[in-house]
Amino acid sequence: MALNHDFVGRTHAPDEVYEVSREKIRDYAVATGDTHPVYLDPEAARALGHPDVIAPPSFAVMLFFRFGGWPLYDPEFGKRKEPVCVHRAQRVEHQRPIRPGDRLVQSTTVDDMSVMGEHEQWVMTHRISTVDGEHVCTVVNTILSRGTAALPRQTPTAPAPAPELQTQEV
Amino acid sequence: MAARIAYADVEVGTEMPARDITVQRIDLLRYCGACSDYTMTHWNERVAKSVGLPDVIAHGTYTIAAAVRVLTDWVGDPSALVEYSVRRFTRPVVVPDDDIGATVRISGAVERLLDGNRAQIRLRARFEGLEVMSGARAVVRLA
Repeated sequence: MALNHDFVGRTHAPDEVYEVSREKIRDYAVATGDTHPVYLDPEAARALGHPDVIAPPSFAVMLFFRFGGWPLYDPEFGKRKEPVCVHRAQRVEHQRPIRPGDRLVQSTTVDDMSVMGEHEQWVMTHRISTVDGEHVCTVVNTILSRGTAALPRQTPTAPAPAPELQTQEV
Repeated sequence: MAARIAYADVEVGTEMPARDITVQRIDLLRYCGACSDYTMTHWNERVAKSVGLPDVIAHGTYTIAAAVRVLTDWVGDPSALVEYSVRRFTRPVVVPDDDIGATVRISGAVERLLDGNRAQIRLRARFEGLEVMSGARAVVRLA
């Protein structure tokens, strides 16, 4: 079943607030194997000029699932449980590090959807701000949905290489 | 801000020390939990193989986070990182169910010098001798 391309331009901005804690930062840092003291030890963080520990740069990408993974699980989006999605591209831009006590909200906009042979992909921008409106971080994700395109006619020629396996350097 | 690497001390082509990162199944399990990403190809061999993968694969986000970590360790202060991006996760990092895991070689070099003491770094991650990310870059603010 093909995805619903009417989602292009739609924005999802849940009321939910994510409150950052030292313990979650520690948990995340340890899980990524990145145990720089600035994530774990407030004293070490202060020595580097920060008021408290900071979160690893990739911490922000975790909010996608924390805020429900929209549009992945929106029934109207048309994504069945199988087959799977594959991450194709990602961009993370920080205005400042995320810190304990930050009360974060996230809005997600579907920027683009396209068909790539038997696959589809969509691009979405997550804008992460504090509840007071301070912009903290922007994450852009490109997700490939394997094999969900409504196939036109089959051609007898060799199939194109699967996009996620291209090794061309750009 | 306390970046250890000074803008004046780098030029285009300056390399950060390369490092090998080992990824085992337990690491993927921890990462699944830490970011609530339970996509089954990252922990379930049966599902991974059913979609044509050779085995369980690492999250692309895990691989770029590892590359960024090598960079921020070199720079000295993770808050020096302004942005990072990957144009394509091109090849999966396949993580076998053994006690060794997969080894990814992370390297990087200064690609452009920008204003405001910022430098653009080209990041590379190689697994079994092949690049797993194309167009991976980061911008750091140096001392």
